[in-house]
Amino acid sequence: MTETTTDTAVDLPQHPSPRATGCPFDPPPALHALQSTPSLSRVRIWDGSSPWLVTRYDQLRALLGDPRVSADVNGPGYPHRSAGQKAGSQSRRTFLNMDDPEHARIRRMVTAPFAIKKVEALRPSIQKIVDDLIDEMLAGPKPVDLVQAFALPIPSLVICALLGVPYEDHDLFQRHTKVIVKRDSAPEETVAATTALADYLEELLATKQSRPEDDLLSELAIKRVATGEMTRREAAHMGVLLLAAGHETTANMIALGTLALLEHPDQLATLRGTEDPKTVSAAVEELLRYLNITHSGRRRLALEDIEIDGQVIRAGEGIILAGEIANRDPEAFAGNPDELDITRDSRRHVAFGFGVHQCLGQPLARVELQVVYSTLYRRIPTLALATGIDQLEFKHDGLVYGVYELPVTW
Amino acid sequence: MRVTVDQPKCVASGQCVMLAPEVFDQDDDGIVELLTDTPDTAHHEDVKESAAVCPAAAIHLAEK
Ligand code: SF4
Repeated sequence: MTETTTDTAVDLPQHPSPRATGCPFDPPPALHALQSTPSLSRVRIWDGSSPWLVTRYDQLRALLGDPRVSADVNGPGYPHRSAGQKAGSQSRRTFLNMDDPEHARIRRMVTAPFAIKKVEALRPSIQKIVDDLIDEMLAGPKPVDLVQAFALPIPSLVICALLGVPYEDHDLFQRHTKVIVKRDSAPEETVAATTALADYLEELLATKQSRPEDDLLSELAIKRVATGEMTRREAAHMGVLLLAAGHETTANMIALGTLALLEHPDQLATLRGTEDPKTVSAAVEELLRYLNITHSGRRRLALEDIEIDGQVIRAGEGIILAGEIANRDPEAFAGNPDELDITRDSRRHVAFGFGVHQCLGQPLARVELQVVYSTLYRRIPTLALATGIDQLEFKHDGLVYGVYELPVTW
Repeated sequence: MRVTVDQPKCVASGQCVMLAPEVFDQDDDGIVELLTDTPDTAHHEDVKESAAVCPAAAIHLAEK
């Protein structure tokens, strides 16, 4: 074992660190401070280990694009997010925690429905889902919780249709997904939730194998499970991943993005006043950059010694890549990156990660968000928060950042 | 400008197709396909941006 001097230092900053009170959108001030130091930093995490923390945009992209950096959660030294996450991720193997070439082989089995043209073809049905939910909201009582009435059903309906999961079962998978993405879930809870979801999907895959339909689970059942390329359990775990990732992230972007816009009325006015798809798309990218809801960082492990800007990350050491602060790096974004400016060119943001593991569902997320952001505020121009922002509860404990509830009125 | 793509590296993120649909397309599995390796000057900026955002560094540009 090599032990470096920094390893034994006792006064390393704890990670994650709290956000500033009163400002729900900015990353923790401690991250800002670390970004302005010239060298890479080490932090202390929940299990007492001291992985590297990467806060600079260029370093984050270099490391996430480096094949010597592994995503394998079973490697000793891998900086897990929590005991629950550790148990959960180690209990199932998906392409998320594999390295190439295995990662590429498995990931390609599910990329087809996320190609740009296929996703664009879904735009009209996504528009219909959004319009119908707004109709329902307008016809119902107010105030209403935007999360339950709007933000959660949209991605949930879309990913269910794509996978071929009956939406009637959404209570079941939303309940389990909630446990999986909570940072403070106990290890047994996370494993139990993952297992329950995988059981459910395994049964569904069996049905699809005998009665295939036009959806991704049927395709997996016929092309991969029936041919012996994958076990039904492996296909089920892939389904769990897509189902969970598909609705938790976009739902939080819809609700938190709406809150951010309500808090920035000038930006909201610009968005409401436009029909130009380019303006809407730029706004979506800027909100992705600014909010960076995947706030617990990408986690990796160095397979070899890696020299970066004069420092060496040793083989076997953990690395946390903090996208939320890299997306605020003044070296990488024009103007003041701590301000929300929907006219900024933010396309190079890393909210979907970077490197071979970059989010598979990003084309779908983009279309969903573009439809939502171009429809909701135009159709309900008087949309307003029904409570004080200080009354809202934020998902500080979540794998994905957001609000638990967003009471709105109009 | 001459463009080449490295299909084995591509992770089907679709960003190049979104930015420069005149130059890039995707096959049935979402893997990048080149429509032209010598794009019009009008598309050079978008192609450069595609290369910059490609998460897999699968797009290469050379001056002709
Ligand atoms: S941007 Fe890169 S990874 Fe994404 S589809 Fe194009 S070539 Fe493939």
